[in-house]
Amino acid sequence: MSTAPTPVPASPPPVDLVNVQINGQWLKFPKGTRMIEACRQAEAMVPHYCYHPKLSSPGNCRMCLVEMGMPPRPTPGQELEKDEDGFAKIGWMPRPVIACANTIGEGMGIRTEGKLSEECRKGVMELLLINHPLDCPICDQAGECKLQEFSVEHGNGESHFREEKVKKPKNVDIGPRVRLDDERCIMCSRCIRFTAEIADDPVLGFTERGSFTTLSVHPGKRLENNYSLNTVDICPVGALTSNDFRFQQRVWFLKETKSLCTKCGRGCNMEISSREKEVFRQTPRENNDVNSTWMCDQGRLDFHFVNSEYRLTQPLIKVDGKHQAATWKQAIAKIAEALKSVKPSEIAIIGSGRMTNEELYLSKCLIRVLGVENFAVIPRTGGADNYLRADDLNPNSNGVRTIWGVEPGANLDTVFENITRARARVVLVLGENLMKAGLEARQLQKIEFLASTHVLANATAEQSHVVLPAATYAEKRGSMINVTGRLQKLNKAIESPGEARDDWEFLRDLILAVSGTNGLYSVDDVFKQMAGEIELFKGLTLSRIGELGLPIMETSEKVPVLEREKERKAKGVIVG
Amino acid sequence: MSTTIPYKPGKEPHAREHRLIFRNVDRADYDPSIDCYIRNGGYVQLKKALGMERQAIIDEVKKSGLRGRGGAGFPTGVKWGFIPPTNTKPVYLICNADESEPGTFKDRYIMHQDPHQLVEGMIISCFAVKAQLAYIYIREEFPEAAIILEKALAEARAKGYLGKNVGGTAYDLEIYVHRGAGAYICGEETGLIESLEGKRPYPRIKPPYFPAALGLYMSPTIVNNVESLCHVKHILEMGSEAYAKLGTPNNTGTRILCVSGDVQKPGYFEVQVGHVTMGEVINDLCGGLKPGRKLKAIIPGGSSAKVLRADEKFKLKDGRELGIMDIPMDFDTMAACGTMAGSGGVIIMDDSRSMSWVINNLNQFYAHESCGQCTPCREGSLWMKKISDRIVAGTASPSDVDELLRVANNIEGKTICAFGEACSWPTQSFVKKFRDEMIGDTKPELESKIVNPETVLAAANLV
Repeated sequence: MSTAPTPVPASPPPVDLVNVQINGQWLKFPKGTRMIEACRQAEAMVPHYCYHPKLSSPGNCRMCLVEMGMPPRPTPGQELEKDEDGFAKIGWMPRPVIACANTIGEGMGIRTEGKLSEECRKGVMELLLINHPLDCPICDQAGECKLQEFSVEHGNGESHFREEKVKKPKNVDIGPRVRLDDERCIMCSRCIRFTAEIADDPVLGFTERGSFTTLSVHPGKRLENNYSLNTVDICPVGALTSNDFRFQQRVWFLKETKSLCTKCGRGCNMEISSREKEVFRQTPRENNDVNSTWMCDQGRLDFHFVNSEYRLTQPLIKVDGKHQAATWKQAIAKIAEALKSVKPSEIAIIGSGRMTNEELYLSKCLIRVLGVENFAVIPRTGGADNYLRADDLNPNSNGVRTIWGVEPGANLDTVFENITRARARVVLVLGENLMKAGLEARQLQKIEFLASTHVLANATAEQSHVVLPAATYAEKRGSMINVTGRLQKLNKAIESPGEARDDWEFLRDLILAVSGTNGLYSVDDVFKQMAGEIELFKGLTLSRIGELGLPIMETSEKVPVLEREKERKAKGVIVG
Repeated sequence: MSTTIPYKPGKEPHAREHRLIFRNVDRADYDPSIDCYIRNGGYVQLKKALGMERQAIIDEVKKSGLRGRGGAGFPTGVKWGFIPPTNTKPVYLICNADESEPGTFKDRYIMHQDPHQLVEGMIISCFAVKAQLAYIYIREEFPEAAIILEKALAEARAKGYLGKNVGGTAYDLEIYVHRGAGAYICGEETGLIESLEGKRPYPRIKPPYFPAALGLYMSPTIVNNVESLCHVKHILEMGSEAYAKLGTPNNTGTRILCVSGDVQKPGYFEVQVGHVTMGEVINDLCGGLKPGRKLKAIIPGGSSAKVLRADEKFKLKDGRELGIMDIPMDFDTMAACGTMAGSGGVIIMDDSRSMSWVINNLNQFYAHESCGQCTPCREGSLWMKKISDRIVAGTASPSDVDELLRVANNIEGKTICAFGEACSWPTQSFVKKFRDEMIGDTKPELESKIVNPETVLAAANLV
């Protein structure tokens, strides 16, 4: 290590720090920090149900009650008694306070351990459980239920409750994707606050009062906005469950993979929950530069095709008008032969804005090696909803711009015209269904040799001379650049079915087959080579991108949800 | 002073009373109209107030030592002083006419019989705190009073005491009556504010939502009880010094006691605070207990106040030792005796009463009225009711009495608003003071037998 002094990094603007004693230890925190966040930073976990950093704090669950004290106010001339650390001795308050909604103050003391705090938690825990059905064996939330977790830590282990429980509606249909069990509800109001504060669709509310309080959907309304499943994520118990995930899998069998949603250009960070070769659900992963802690229903539910029976699982070559199973080697040789048999001007390559940077890079290499001028990417727009969804429905249009150097949609008319006029004799289609993009079967039939990669069987595959089974987003590693110019990473959650392969592998083999040069053995190598060539990726590696991505481009794109979140944070309504 | 006023026969004030607020209640020659009120010197204090400096009015109320008559007994003038001096938002004043504490029935008489006293008190108070919009939040169960108040406000408006240029000055004020929908929690000031804003009356967390800073529509808001606002008028009339001479130090003025229960002549009595003892209330004002009965217990300040046992002795810090009959009816001594003067609702119970039944009755009320916002009160209030249900039904075991106390202890001090205390204090005090009687209502042989009824049901289904 060098001993030379390292330059001091530009320091952030000074923050007022206050001294707070947490469980006997004096620490400094920025002024205005909530007590619960200070405790979290001090690794003194305060259990809570209603508090959520992205929502307002009603302080209703009372689980975060802690013992708090302040230094006494000295009378003029009075010298305050000091402790061994030199701070004024704390006058502990006889009553507990909630840690979620109160901010810290200079000289404050917090005890998250000790008799008072522990008694409070035990008491609240007991009260939360008395009318709860305790139907964990048949509850979807089991395994990720805060009521379960905290009752292990703070519960009695045995119920003193000898009365009949309050009966409430069960299996209530409140919307197309979310189901309500009112008996499990602990009235934390997170879902109500989410629908009112984030989704601007305040359809949930409480009816009745006291112990009979019942979560309900407004008469004549349904919880059907495109963000409704976030209420399931933030529900600390099994009151709100997802119709899609219900009874599908015990959560402790699931493996979580940190990845991205590829359903629009936002690139919402998410976790893919899978078991063996099957994806069971997708949930948002916090990234405060992309999607906060939310995600749209459309994006998270669009994974069933991954496990679809229409998946292509082996390369197919058309013989006498019929597809026949082939090996990858045969399929690639067939495509390479076709590409080499015609003039570069007779080749067309159609790419996709859903390809990763690595796939885009390799396909660009192929375009270069072959000298193809007829290439285009199919655009998709019209998704913006003033929340999270981006107008651009391709997840990697910025990757297309950066790596292919073209705007999605540019040159597409020409390429299509070349196909219709039979000027393009060999066409390679990467992950797109041309029949959905505007071409008809009779036009595709004019192509002498059509090769395409697909995840699912479709009409374009039907027309292709060679069909290659591709991997879905859940089955690959790679990077994408979202609409705000953030470089983010996809991770592999499951293995592809059959012989389906990552596009980058096939592209590498194809380049090898047409040009004979290569040297790429992993997707990391592809990124490395790309980083050596493209200025924007300079100095980066795939693993260096990190779980939350890196901003690498300036775009004027704003995220409406994040803008509103910033405003609420500045006002002190939420912690953020 | 009451000698010159003709009261309805049988409704004459007791000689020990000192009628200030209730001066016109039950008068034979009085009606709720503004003309009658003005004939009797009404709206004179308003004219005086409009000529005063605002701060001078606030100072007068502070010096008078007036303590809120709604239940908590917080000094009214001090409350007014909590409006941030740098405030630029509108200030609201709300008259809390949600008189729902069981055992309390004073505000209804003011509103029914002397509404303009309240209106004048409100206008003066609004002027003092610079409020230009005020509300009277009245409980649903007072439909008649709401109509009377609407009429009184219209009359005051017609006379120029409300609306633009109050009393010919540059000051504008509007007062509206807002009717509740039948919830005890709306008497809690932040719950009331939420209700007034059109939401469920879920009390707000304090901090940060202290009404004087972040009240109605997040603006400074003063919430005062009906009786407290009426006192303001009398403080101006008498001068704070003379007012403060009524009552005892720190417990100034008069207050209306609402006596109910097992006495010969229950009713309302306006007395100087602390000048009458509990014994005098029962024996003088109320004509004593019913024949042949013995005093058993007293709830001295509305149903939320802790119960006092007839044979209790109270050792005070100043060395006095008081029996239950010696307790002066003031805020501080009541607090020193471990209970509270609260809203002035005195409930007398004689030896014919079952204490298990009484606490069950109270628990029933609180379980029904808990708003359900925060866990301890929501779950605990119904649990307490269910346990006491069983004690009354004779299906409880002795340990259930301790269980009742344990649940109450799990509520007190852990809730968003004072309802937590309001529902746990009765149980805590009844179990503490009448434990033996309550255990007497239980069956020791059930101790080992009682199982969760759902377990029984489940077992029955399996067979």
